[in-house]
Amino acid sequence: MPKDGGIGASTTRREDVRFLTGTGTYTADINTYGQVSAIFVRSNVANGIIKSIDTSAAEAMPGVLAVFTGADFADVGGNPAGWLINSRNGEPMKEPKRPVLAHGKVRHVGDAYAAVIAETEQQARDAAEEIIADIEELPAVVDMAAALAGDNFVHDEIGTNQCFDWGWIEDNRAATDAAIKAAPHVTTLELVNNRLVPNAMEPRASIGTYNRAADSYVLQTTSQNPHMTRLLISAFVLGIPENKLTVIAPDVGGGFGSKIYHYGEEALVLAAAKKVGRPVKWVADRTEAFLSDAHGRDHVTKIELACEKDGTFIAFRTETMANVGAYLSNFATVTPTYLHGTLMAGNYTVPNVYVNVKAVFTNTAPVDAYRGAGRPEATYSIERVIDMTARELGMDPVELRRKNFIKPDQYPFASAAGLEYDSGNYDALMDKIESLIDRAGFAARRTASEAKGKLRGLGINSYVEACGIAPSNLIGILGARVGLYDAATVRVNATGNISVMVGAHSHGQGHETVFPQIVADMLGIDASTIDIVHGDTSKIPFGMGTYGSRSLAVCGSAMVRATEKIIVKATKIAAHMLEDTPENVDFSDGQFKVKGTNRSVSFGEVALKAYIPHEYPIENIEPGLEETAFYDPANFTYPSGAYACEVEVDPETGKVTVESFTAVDDFGNVMNPMIVTGQVHGGLGQGIGQALLENASYDANGQLLSASYMDYIMPRADDLPFYRVDHSQGTPCTHNPLGVKGCGEAGAIGSPATVVNAVIDALQSGGKNVTHIDMPLTPARVWAAMNNA
Amino acid sequence: MYAFEIERPSTIADAVKALTQEDAQALGGGQTLIPTLKARLAMPATLVSLTGIGEMQGICLADDGAVCIGGATTHATVAKEAAAHYPGLAALAAHIGDPAVRNRGTIGGSLANNDPSACYPAAALGSGATIITNARQIAADDYFEGMFATALNEGEVITEVRFPVPQKAHYEKFVQPASRFALVGVFVAKYADGVRVAVTGASENGVFRWTEAEEALSANFDKSALEGLSVAADGMIADLHGSSAYRAHLVKVITGRAVAAAA
Repeated sequence: MPKDGGIGASTTRREDVRFLTGTGTYTADINTYGQVSAIFVRSNVANGIIKSIDTSAAEAMPGVLAVFTGADFADVGGNPAGWLINSRNGEPMKEPKRPVLAHGKVRHVGDAYAAVIAETEQQARDAAEEIIADIEELPAVVDMAAALAGDNFVHDEIGTNQCFDWGWIEDNRAATDAAIKAAPHVTTLELVNNRLVPNAMEPRASIGTYNRAADSYVLQTTSQNPHMTRLLISAFVLGIPENKLTVIAPDVGGGFGSKIYHYGEEALVLAAAKKVGRPVKWVADRTEAFLSDAHGRDHVTKIELACEKDGTFIAFRTETMANVGAYLSNFATVTPTYLHGTLMAGNYTVPNVYVNVKAVFTNTAPVDAYRGAGRPEATYSIERVIDMTARELGMDPVELRRKNFIKPDQYPFASAAGLEYDSGNYDALMDKIESLIDRAGFAARRTASEAKGKLRGLGINSYVEACGIAPSNLIGILGARVGLYDAATVRVNATGNISVMVGAHSHGQGHETVFPQIVADMLGIDASTIDIVHGDTSKIPFGMGTYGSRSLAVCGSAMVRATEKIIVKATKIAAHMLEDTPENVDFSDGQFKVKGTNRSVSFGEVALKAYIPHEYPIENIEPGLEETAFYDPANFTYPSGAYACEVEVDPETGKVTVESFTAVDDFGNVMNPMIVTGQVHGGLGQGIGQALLENASYDANGQLLSASYMDYIMPRADDLPFYRVDHSQGTPCTHNPLGVKGCGEAGAIGSPATVVNAVIDALQSGGKNVTHIDMPLTPARVWAAMNNA
Repeated sequence: MYAFEIERPSTIADAVKALTQEDAQALGGGQTLIPTLKARLAMPATLVSLTGIGEMQGICLADDGAVCIGGATTHATVAKEAAAHYPGLAALAAHIGDPAVRNRGTIGGSLANNDPSACYPAAALGSGATIITNARQIAADDYFEGMFATALNEGEVITEVRFPVPQKAHYEKFVQPASRFALVGVFVAKYADGVRVAVTGASENGVFRWTEAEEALSANFDKSALEGLSVAADGMIADLHGSSAYRAHLVKVITGRAVAAAA
């Protein structure tokens, strides 16, 4: 291992030097000569006809350079969904156009219908208030069931609020129905997977710049995947050729999914930059973030678990309504389908699984992938209904799970929901967690809580999820409109240090630290001599971005492949220098050595030779030492885990306190344990937040009631326990070179059910006849459930 | 934010004069007003900052033992300097908002704003405090007039608040989990002549005295004295964070906890 940390070292995060000292460069920090400001005018009604927009007074205001409305973009393309979903009857999903600015109708509170460009932000805000829009408010479509039943359409032209009616796997439907009908025991649970606002610390921001001489554009923007943003703008929205558009995502202060997507504001600042001939900058305020960032989750689900009297699972059947909001965001259609339905067999050998998902348009902000993206919804449904089944059968919930676990000798395992799990050991995870949490001591802890007047509960559950998306050929068959490979270029400089250009974008994950650890390990050189370049489409190979816990599994694999190519070429050069054949030269610890001799050259000497090719076999080997690899994964990866939570409930107030939380995860091989632990901590914070605190709540008129931190409950440090995190039970992924699975979302996927199961356990122990409470389990909701109020 | 002028008078007299200007608005610590301005929800022509007025700063004891707090005194100062004289009040101040709020926010600003979920109104009403302005003295019982409404006249400035010190007191706050304001906060104070119970956060009319509890606790200052009492849900706030029935229930629970903790 390199002396400053290779694979497996808890190297401290080099990017934290700038993040923790206030010296990062976020989009809002960038100020360009001549820049002007853009301000968006957003609808304050959820549904309305734009009868007229009078911009003349605004245009006459001081400093105003231009005013845009939807009419200015009526002829350009729309921002598309990235995945075509076909309904059970074979019909393709409904895809109403998502415009740059609302035109004809506004469809949610926060829907932008005009934009003002002015010399200063203050002038733009002043002018925005002078825009006179005559918007005839219409009744809002908010509730999904009502949206499906009614004839008030979010998009009149499609004549329905149903985007699609998807069945997975449709061929299993009849068998699943029959199995449930014949089953000795069926547990049914109706639940809501609450809508969340991503709340990245940094709001969205974009700067558009136009170069008239070259007829080219630069977009600096808060993006998790600049290449996809460029592709969408080029191919679908504005038609700017890809070679004329550079997209740069500089430091990005968190995304959690919300910055995967292309938003209209990005197109606007580009179009505006060309029109006014100045760089145009927009920085969202927090209210805009609440109203216009893509939200997460928002499912209403009925799940049934059928089993034998002894607890052997027979079938899972799920019916879900998934809210997609007013417009289809880029991943809105894949999230509730292939990222959700395919996981509905969980960790279990259940033979029958059927999932029906109806995606529903409503007059609310678009809903898309948010940390976990479909898998939290799947895990929550499965692991809640299993606990309920255990209670009904009088079985221990852990024993019921173990009885149905896929066993270690069954891999590769074809799940009844259509995936092939490559590896795992769920019993080992459960063994580990039962020992870590002192399960035997729980009864005494419960007694101690009761002595304080509190009810104590324990929740333990499993999860399995799918990361490292995805094999392009497979997802192409399933409707994906993109490939999901990734790419890396390893550039060895003449003096032996290295720049690695990666397709994945780092916005808090720690790529700048971990990726060099891996290359350093492979080349036997110090990680400090390696740097990562990311986020700039003019510098990096075409990458598909960072989401779905895919960066290491996919882009990291590309980087490994490129580094392997470097070693192959460097070995040829070294063989020439050593006057031997490549087959006779070994490479280890940064040294090329002729087998069985002490004749060697260092990696640095070889690099120098590659760039100063004197006495060089130029007819056989090109100069230079730079290699690119694209990596398209053979399968998803399948992280899994066992989570345990103990809570106390105050029966007088309904307040839930998380007393402990333990996470045992199988992420395969772990490259940097400290960073992995941090990722789990962050995911758990969001999962516990979903379970107890967070909720994007719309009223019947489509007004977002929780549109600020006065009403949207963000988890704070004192809401969360000290976590116990373990990743000692990893089973390496079998199909990627590092054996890694991905750790970014697991905490948010596995934990909501753990918390809710623990609360229900606590209430039951107190004699309360409560079998389910919908998240978030706020004090008021828990109290109401206890008191049937 | 819209553009505005700002004045920083150093005397109460100058502040009062400045506030006679058209669309002038007093600025205390700005913990409510500044966010309101940032959201363009208010458009004062002139802000008159009160925090530079020396005679409105600090804490002292009156001859009758009452704790006198200057209207521009921050929560952090009260938390620190009132602790020896009126620990129940100091503890309340120590748990308002977060450190940034406590180092900027002022007692006068809080009472003038009379947010229905703020903490200080409960202390003032629960202590039978006297609100002293540039023009007059107002008993707390006459001062609070409902949500965001007070007896203050246009341009009137709270220069001092005078708190009689009880034998025992405690403020118990059950927080609204997002804002961390009081979902229900109860200030209980036991004086020689009886007990006062003031409730914030719960009522659509802002802070109020729970007189039935006061009577019961005056007879027997023990949590058990509340048994059999209840608060009507009628008139209680109902919102995302709790129904009116929940708040009414909490008033009793939190009052009991305040009594149990009173010292």
